[in-house]
Amino acid sequence: MPDIETHKITQKIDPKTVPAATDQLNSGTTLANRYLIQNVIGVGGMGAVYRARDLHFPNVVKLVAVKEMINQVRDELVRSTIVRNFEREANLLATLDHPAIPRIYDYFTHNDRSYLILEFINGKDLEAVLNESNTFLPEERVVQWGIELCDVLSYLHNHQPEPIIFRDMKPSNVMINQHGHVVLIDFGIAKHFQGTQRGTMIGTEGYSPPEQYRGEAGHLADIYALGATMHHLLTHRDPRLEPPFSFAERPIRDTNTAVSQETIAIIERSLQYEPGDRYKTAEEMKDVLLHAARDTGILTKIALTKAVSRVEGEAIKPVWEFSCEDEIRGTPTYDDGIIYIGSYDNNLYALNAATGEFLWKYPTEEGIVSKPLVYENNVFFGSEDKRLHVITARFGRLNWMYYADGPIRSSPQIAEGHILIGSDDAHLHAVNTISGRRAWRADVGAMIRSTPAVHTDLIYVGTENGDFYCMDFRSTIKWRFKAKRAITSSPIIHQGVVYFGSVDSTLYALDSRTGWVIWRYRLSKPTITTPCITGDYIFTGSIDGLIHCVDLRSAKEVWTFNTENQVTGSPIIYKDSIYCGSVDGNLYCLEYRTGRLRWKFGTQGAITGNPIAVDDLVYIGSTDHRLYALLA
Amino acid sequence: MKGFFQKILGQDKPTRQEDNSKPADQDFIDTMGVIHYSELQPAQLLASCGQSVGMQREHNEDALFSLTTTLTSDHTNLPFGLYIVADGMGGHQHGEIASGIAIRSMASYIVSRLMLPMLSANPHTPEESLQEIMQAGVQEAHKAITNQVPGGGTTLTAALILGEQMILAHVGDSRAYAIDLDGNAQILTRDHSLVKRLEELGQISHEEAANHPQRNVLYRALGQGEPFDPDIKNMQLPENGHILLCSDGLWGVVEEDELIQMILNSPTPDQACKSMVDAANAAGGPDNITAVLIRLPG
Repeated sequence: MPDIETHKITQKIDPKTVPAATDQLNSGTTLANRYLIQNVIGVGGMGAVYRARDLHFPNVVKLVAVKEMINQVRDELVRSTIVRNFEREANLLATLDHPAIPRIYDYFTHNDRSYLILEFINGKDLEAVLNESNTFLPEERVVQWGIELCDVLSYLHNHQPEPIIFRDMKPSNVMINQHGHVVLIDFGIAKHFQGTQRGTMIGTEGYSPPEQYRGEAGHLADIYALGATMHHLLTHRDPRLEPPFSFAERPIRDTNTAVSQETIAIIERSLQYEPGDRYKTAEEMKDVLLHAARDTGILTKIALTKAVSRVEGEAIKPVWEFSCEDEIRGTPTYDDGIIYIGSYDNNLYALNAATGEFLWKYPTEEGIVSKPLVYENNVFFGSEDKRLHVITARFGRLNWMYYADGPIRSSPQIAEGHILIGSDDAHLHAVNTISGRRAWRADVGAMIRSTPAVHTDLIYVGTENGDFYCMDFRSTIKWRFKAKRAITSSPIIHQGVVYFGSVDSTLYALDSRTGWVIWRYRLSKPTITTPCITGDYIFTGSIDGLIHCVDLRSAKEVWTFNTENQVTGSPIIYKDSIYCGSVDGNLYCLEYRTGRLRWKFGTQGAITGNPIAVDDLVYIGSTDHRLYALLA
Repeated sequence: MKGFFQKILGQDKPTRQEDNSKPADQDFIDTMGVIHYSELQPAQLLASCGQSVGMQREHNEDALFSLTTTLTSDHTNLPFGLYIVADGMGGHQHGEIASGIAIRSMASYIVSRLMLPMLSANPHTPEESLQEIMQAGVQEAHKAITNQVPGGGTTLTAALILGEQMILAHVGDSRAYAIDLDGNAQILTRDHSLVKRLEELGQISHEEAANHPQRNVLYRALGQGEPFDPDIKNMQLPENGHILLCSDGLWGVVEEDELIQMILNSPTPDQACKSMVDAANAAGGPDNITAVLIRLPG
């Protein structure tokens, strides 16, 4: 790593991070009676970089870059090392002459501050270019920059009397000037790796080859770092956030299918673990890049066709399907060989799970969107007719009804002989399973469309105004959390953590005992689906059309899968697959570890409910009025 | 719980909660007169630490922080702990300065953002998530090193315990272990070391890694490199188990099985810490040794 932190000069300016003691020069300040500071163009750990005007040229505007190093270190040894490094960078630059290397005009020290006066490069560095682009950088530009970087590396490696190893090739050290050409910046890193020291030491990260950790970095280290830089530019995957030497695990084609095989082969060779397996010189790599560019004609751009998915066209046939009179938006329930499903034709249906044979139906006054619950030979479910219906599981005969003051879209939950269910009447209701009498109802101030969860002795439920409640069985609130928008997603509890999504586009993880937020995972769009968990993975769908897999310990994305419309139904895990419907009409079956598509099944309408899976069959309802049973 | 619910709903007679309680003088106190930890109320953390410069080094470049308390929130007592181990880079510029700076800036950030609001007149939980606060705390420490000892570096392994949850922040090759009641140990951190990486890549074996000349070389450390991305993760704590944070002067010198035995066989965490540090010194003490051991409630 650099002894001097000049590699940070191209970072984004964030005034809050600059301590008062290292106050920047104000615009209008004149340095050495010559350099009129105009503004800050970068901030690093040890000072700023400014754009300044050289007043020795009164009749023309000659701009220079002023690189400042503020030496606040009190320790004398550290202090002098920093000054020495600064002077080393100045002296090195003074001996170099190449269009891709900034010229140095002057350097001087003033009190605690040292300054380098450099050629002003009107442009931006590649890290900024990467940050500002939402799509992949065109291959031809990356190859062009690669060729130019080979050229300047070749100049440095052939420097007399001593070759110069740049040692720190990475996007933030490459400027692209106003003409689109590369300029290498930051030569403050003639690093000596202290390989013989005992104790804990630092190597380097991200772009550097294995041998640099051993302090053996020769010119082949620069070749590797150039390959790493090109890999980053083409994939948008920052190697500093990945384990070292893991490029082979992240093939370029996996993220960016538009890159030609020729270019990929060159980058892969430059990234070989053994230095001897890479290109021998920067010139050789430059020649190969030029050759490939000619062969592939990438300068005139070629479009690569997308690999066709293997499952495309393979029709999945349902084991059975059942048609009703209106849309199915809810979720089926399985119990003892029978599937129960509500429909917007106002009926609850009971079907033979193996054959789809109709057994009975029970009419309500309005649509049924929730998932029924079977408990002690009774089916419990709410309807938009404001009632909780309790009917016999065998014949569908009414046992009792409970009236809420608003439509019921929440699914029932059972705890200690009581049904817990939310309603649009802004209450959570606790109803005795046998008598049908209300034990209590809790006013939560807004509609409940999620399904309450019960864990140990506590109840968890979210509301449509974004409140999330944890209450005991007496309905005493233990803690409350407020999301910024509705919580339609139902909570799940796993290892002391309660997880739910919100329309505020966040997946939350809260400590189930205290409500402290453990992590928040940002989605690009709202979510109303109920997450599911297996192992260390949590899965959720979002209006952004994606099925997300997130590591529940680190809150980092593992994979996403793109459907063609909103995902409002919830995913489920069955064996080693995840099943999830989409408003695009498909039920997707994905390998849960990788998000790879196993198969998809198209229905004729949007899927908004959740699948269930039992005995190797997956059941899913669709707004095409049908319930399907598919082989899992 | 069932009885409680039925009592509320008026279905059943209330049951006495203390039914199975035993006379205090039998179970509560053992023959040595030490209180059985699992009986201690409120449930709380018990932590201790040990440190030694070792037998072969002159400077101590390790640093540690240990804070154990109980926060009162909404009529409940919440165990709260913050524990940090940092191992400064030897040979690098002023490792001991970097590790000290890291510990202090991380600890003061977490205490001010998390603990002080809970002790204020109007106790409140922070806006940000615990993971976000830990992340920001590491970034503070990173910034402080960059400003105060440019070029310096250190490892940092920090554990924040709140109730039954733990958030870990980790950079470098110090380690955190979870040890359950049965003595099953789990490494909770991933070493950011070159040798570990070579082992992961299958380039060298576990045995070769243990004796590799470059086993101290890190690829990620505090104060080094931008962007900087610590590992942050949370987990539910093992009931009645232990959490051990330590520098490589301990885990690289004493076998894991031996450490677990010392932890399980010591009546208190302070005795376990002493045994572990002594064992590392007895094995030659090639590096600075630091251990923080937390005993968890049931």
